[in-house]
Amino acid sequence: MSPNPDQMSFVFGRLSLDSLPLHEPILVITFIAVALGGLAAMGALTYFRLWGPLWRDWLTTVDHKRIGIMYVILALIMLLRGFSDALMMRAQQAIAFGGAEGYLPPHHYDQIFTAHGVIMIFFFAMPLVTGLMNFVVPLQIGARDVAFPFLNNFSFWMTAAGAAIVMMSLFVGEFAQTGWLAYPPLSGSAYSPGVGVDYYIWALQIAGVGTLLSGVNLVATIVKMRAPGLTMMKLPVFTWTSLCTNVLIVAAFPVLTAVLVLLSLDRYVGTNFFTNDFGGNPMMYVNLIWIWGHPEVYILILPAFGIFSEVVSTFCSKRLFGYTSMVYATVVITILSYIVWLHHFFTMGSGASVNSFFGITTMIISIPTGAKIFNWLFTMYRGRIRFEVPMLWTIGFMITFVIGGMTGVLLAVPPADFQLHNSLFLIAHFHNVIIGGVVFGLLAGITYWFPKAFGFKLDPFWGKVSFWCWLIGFYLAFMPLYVLGLMGVTRRISRFEDPSLQIWFVIAAIGAVLIAVGIGAFLLQIVVSFLRRDKLRDLTGDPWGGRTLEWATSSPPPDYNFAFTPIIHSHDAWWDMKGRGHVRPVSGFHAIHMPKNTGAGVILAGLSVGFAIGMIWYMWWLAVLSFAAIVIYSIAHTFNNDRDFYIPAEEVVATEDRRTRLLSAAE
Amino acid sequence: MSAHPIDTIGPDGKPAFYITDGRETVHPGDGTMLGFWIYLMSDCLIFAVLFATYGVVGRNYAAGPSPADLFDLPLVAINTSMLLFSSITYGFAMLEMARNRKAATLFWLGVTGVFGAAFIGLELYEFHHLIHVGAGPQRSAFLSAFFTLVGTHGLHVTFGLVWLVTLMVQVGRGGLTASNRRRLSCLSLFWHFLDVVWIGVFSYVYLMGVLQ
Repeated sequence: MSPNPDQMSFVFGRLSLDSLPLHEPILVITFIAVALGGLAAMGALTYFRLWGPLWRDWLTTVDHKRIGIMYVILALIMLLRGFSDALMMRAQQAIAFGGAEGYLPPHHYDQIFTAHGVIMIFFFAMPLVTGLMNFVVPLQIGARDVAFPFLNNFSFWMTAAGAAIVMMSLFVGEFAQTGWLAYPPLSGSAYSPGVGVDYYIWALQIAGVGTLLSGVNLVATIVKMRAPGLTMMKLPVFTWTSLCTNVLIVAAFPVLTAVLVLLSLDRYVGTNFFTNDFGGNPMMYVNLIWIWGHPEVYILILPAFGIFSEVVSTFCSKRLFGYTSMVYATVVITILSYIVWLHHFFTMGSGASVNSFFGITTMIISIPTGAKIFNWLFTMYRGRIRFEVPMLWTIGFMITFVIGGMTGVLLAVPPADFQLHNSLFLIAHFHNVIIGGVVFGLLAGITYWFPKAFGFKLDPFWGKVSFWCWLIGFYLAFMPLYVLGLMGVTRRISRFEDPSLQIWFVIAAIGAVLIAVGIGAFLLQIVVSFLRRDKLRDLTGDPWGGRTLEWATSSPPPDYNFAFTPIIHSHDAWWDMKGRGHVRPVSGFHAIHMPKNTGAGVILAGLSVGFAIGMIWYMWWLAVLSFAAIVIYSIAHTFNNDRDFYIPAEEVVATEDRRTRLLSAAE
Repeated sequence: MSAHPIDTIGPDGKPAFYITDGRETVHPGDGTMLGFWIYLMSDCLIFAVLFATYGVVGRNYAAGPSPADLFDLPLVAINTSMLLFSSITYGFAMLEMARNRKAATLFWLGVTGVFGAAFIGLELYEFHHLIHVGAGPQRSAFLSAFFTLVGTHGLHVTFGLVWLVTLMVQVGRGGLTASNRRRLSCLSLFWHFLDVVWIGVFSYVYLMGVLQ
């Protein structure tokens, strides 16, 4: 007895057994490994009875520090996925020459380069940036938490839900084969009828909700919740860059949301925004998505600039050179980032005057960026430089980023761009600035703030191994791509005819392997540091001789961050306090008002995943039910007024007394 | 911020580095209006994209009907007046809230809801009519952009109506508490924002469309 096909398609939509990639051995083996790993993790949680604490202390937390840590963990997991994609591409391109087909069929290769870009930008770099901002900003401004703690938890879970949807596409169905921005008409239903682009759309839409709300949250936090005396021109530079980044998020992500809605309407409803006929205009999509996309690259790099500023002044034991110019440079970059989007497609043919305008605005951005580089150099000049790991990342950044910036200015010249457009030169350029800028910055940031988050430093030996592997690996992997790009090799190609090109791809593959060693060393560093945590312990809360307020509290900080709200008199508030003989109060503590944990974020994000699955697979009943559940649950949540509590004064006294004892032990 | 200024010099004449009298300088909820305002501006950008899209493809009729063939200005004028009246009555509700009169607040919120529902009803009638005469969103890029822009605004109003009813229940049960006042103020921002967007839609899509 076979079930009625109509009923089957009502329940499962277009999902069938054929959607499972059982004929792809790579995916089957990956799935088995992931499933075994997941089962082992769940078994361990059950064996050690950790489900309760995991739910109470982490998944439902509204503490900005824990949410920040969860963002970073999510980002590192997604880094492994995105980097596996990179290794697979490098391996394919290194061997698929002459008649050789390599090991990846084109439809699989196309999914891999799409997934690599999407994951690295949206689910590695973005969560890592957001995680560090979440953890650090409230501490740097002397606040107890962010402005909207529940919203913060919800934002995190929406980002995680987006990541889950991308991961699901690996094992059920397929991912988009369109490149990371899914240009139509290729991404329209005529040329991409499968579920890949739908996975792409819903993963980004759901994660985008989280990103936008966390942007609103952090802007409100920085504007409204600074400690008394902390005027804007006394803000730590990282907080300034975070403010600009979140302004960019709020002012750019709605454009992405809207353009993806239009693409969805083309695919689901049959509208004609980006189709070839009935008056549609595919180049409108390209314009709109880059109006989001160019600010996006500054959303990623500005916080990295902030991290380098903190690291340089801390490890040179000097006030940052040119603080005011640093702030103005950041703001100028924020504004300019909106008027350069067309340089991503000079070849659209918009004419000489339009192309010149966008070429010139692009070149102008190098001025404030150059000012920043000089500020860091002058901070180092005659400073007492300590070559700790975060400082190594910073120096590696300054050299690498300048090279990437110069190739960027080269690409900003429209006639040159007509030659280099869509070539591996472009790929080399943006990896040069994203790895050399964003990734090095984030790794410096993790190393710098790790002791604040966990109470012990990261092991410097493995940190240095990781740094050198990343740095040398980067040059080996991407300098050959500059060469190939100048020779005219275009991007997104899975096999080549000309055997003389092969040597460059082999060198690039060796570089990728070296970066893999760097990632491995980084993970090993965390394990080794955990095992040696007693030796690496930070008792004072100020392991580096820090200057900003986050170093004034213990490591890890108590739930309430500061027992007494600090009063700020000058920049580098903590340096000022140390310099003027501040005495930490040891009595007179009060009860502290705090927000309560809630499971609503997890539940709403889970329902959103259900909605996305329903939309992707045309299981309309699931989409409708999930959407109704989201609306009803959200409304019900607004009736819950039991949202806050007081940490009793005795508990604050106990926590602070413990810190007093630790401090006297450290002396 | 706190009612009286914070002493930056301690009693012993040295600079004070902490507030030790137990005052919190920031209260939860302080940032809500700012946060909601920022959110509204991001929403405004979504409309900006839809307006720009309409600007780019709004003349691409694909040999199909044009605005002058389709739009029924008297109907749209009635529709517009419904939304404008609803904004005025929402203002009355806020005035009553300021006078602390719960029943009158609820009354004006109810009137606002009726006007809003009338607006949505007329819009649905218009959409139904257009689709019925073969001018659905699939017909041309112009109609895709029209349905998306006007429909997105309509979806916002629908969402506003759901929110309005929820708030009426909450005010009815809990009274004009501080948190309910904050929520009413947020919805007020949202409601007037939709009014402003509609004025853009009315002028740019309907009036200029019929002028062609």
